[in-house]
Amino acid sequence: MLELKNINFRADGKHILKDISFTLDAGKFIAITGPNGSGKSTLAKIIMGINKPDSGQIILNGEDITGYTIDQRARMGISFGFQQPVRFKGITVHDLLNLSAKEKLSSKDACDILATVGLCANSYLDREVNASLSGGELKRIEIASVITRGTKLTIFDEPEAGIDLWSFNNLIRVFNEMRAKLSGSIIVISHQERILNIADEIVLLTDGYIEKIVPHGQPLESFIKMQDVRSCCKL
Amino acid sequence: MDNVILDKFDSALLKAVADLPGIPTGAFSLRKNGKSVQVNVTPNINIIPKKDKPGIDIYVRADTKGETVHIPVVITESGINDVVYNDFYIGKNADVIINAGCGIHNDGCNDTHHNGVHRFFLDEGAKILYVEKHYGEGDGSGKRVLDPVTEVHMGKNSSCEMRTTQIKGVDSTVRSTSAELGDGASLVITEKIMTHGEQLAETNFNVDLNGFDSKVQVTSRSIATENSTQKFVSNVNGNNQCFGHVECDAIIKDHGKVISIPKITANCVDANLIHEAAIGKIAGEQITKLMTLGLTESEAETEIINGFLK
Repeated sequence: MLELKNINFRADGKHILKDISFTLDAGKFIAITGPNGSGKSTLAKIIMGINKPDSGQIILNGEDITGYTIDQRARMGISFGFQQPVRFKGITVHDLLNLSAKEKLSSKDACDILATVGLCANSYLDREVNASLSGGELKRIEIASVITRGTKLTIFDEPEAGIDLWSFNNLIRVFNEMRAKLSGSIIVISHQERILNIADEIVLLTDGYIEKIVPHGQPLESFIKMQDVRSCCKL
Repeated sequence: MDNVILDKFDSALLKAVADLPGIPTGAFSLRKNGKSVQVNVTPNINIIPKKDKPGIDIYVRADTKGETVHIPVVITESGINDVVYNDFYIGKNADVIINAGCGIHNDGCNDTHHNGVHRFFLDEGAKILYVEKHYGEGDGSGKRVLDPVTEVHMGKNSSCEMRTTQIKGVDSTVRSTSAELGDGASLVITEKIMTHGEQLAETNFNVDLNGFDSKVQVTSRSIATENSTQKFVSNVNGNNQCFGHVECDAIIKDHGKVISIPKITANCVDANLIHEAAIGKIAGEQITKLMTLGLTESEAETEIINGFLK
């Protein structure tokens, strides 16, 4: 479904991503993990088109999308959940979900989507996606805006950041439902042990290169340094 | 006065400024090309033309609930210089909507001016929602100029919400709004302005919070595009235990320029006054987020602007 070939990316004189290559098959769940500064978020943005690689190719369903814009990739079926949700003055939660769905959702449908991320929907639909919402609320709305699209490939950049335990449990359920309903592929940038444990494969990034790709089932301790495992937040 | 027949320009302007499909129902006063052309009153709302100058006095009976007064103005002749004085007397505990607006169609080479001077006198417990839209169109080189002056005098526990919008086609505007609030009075002003080309828009707010527990909330959202210039001046005086919040948000595009001049003065130790102002381009991350939902850059910008001015 998605293939990255020899991706390199430099910024501010630093070589951020070094010759990254991997393949994601349809319906698979990949977690990308690694220390802070290893290039995880940059890699996610490269796939979405937010950052452009200096060299290498991105192939989606056999088509080279390396030169495609963000919106072209979005329309081809890639979604992206931001680590830091974006705020808008004037655009309501309902508006944002309508834009995600590409149609005017009924209040009931919009409420159902919000309920999947644990928000009591009626009180949120008409609220603006701005600083009046807490960080956790904004994060859940961000995830809702991604789920609404129902695309074949979804990328989440640290979806657990800023959400509470209850939401985190829901997040795991959301991932499982996306896989079951859409046969969708998921890429999650994460430090969370429980997310790593449900992934089909874990891509370990270190200092901008892929140190190893580990299949599901291996104990984390066997391939992540003990101090890194301990630093993983256990929820 | 005979009933008037609206031509296509009148109808289009009425739709733009008052969302009216034609002549309104209920209490209204329709003004066209500097003259009052039709007035209608109801048992609770009387409208009397002024004798000494152009304009009307509008009297809303105490305890009137749920009625709307429409006072649209349309100007389709080039070169008109129209000044109108409208005074609103809102009776005790009345609760009404006042729908105003001015649309100018100027195909000529002469400037067209409309200055609405509105004064509101709210009795104790009276409540109004004042909605005003300004709109201009036409292919002529003559400018479309609107300089509204608004005065609000608010009695004890009265409430006034003013929503003013100027989105398109007005070449120059200087808006002056002043208000004095009595005990427990509440004033909410929401202003939305978008300017293009070489347009100028200036807004001046002067609010005196005289009453105990009086409060004002002023929100200005504006977009200045191309070579247009906007100036926002607010002056809130806290003269008693009161609350005042002024918020000015502006988006600038192209060579647009926005000046925001806040002034808050606490003349009482129990006055609580806040001013917030932010001016900047559309945030790149907002465009990026909407593009990840499949919108083009241009579509994303349109959605952000429409949302901002909604």
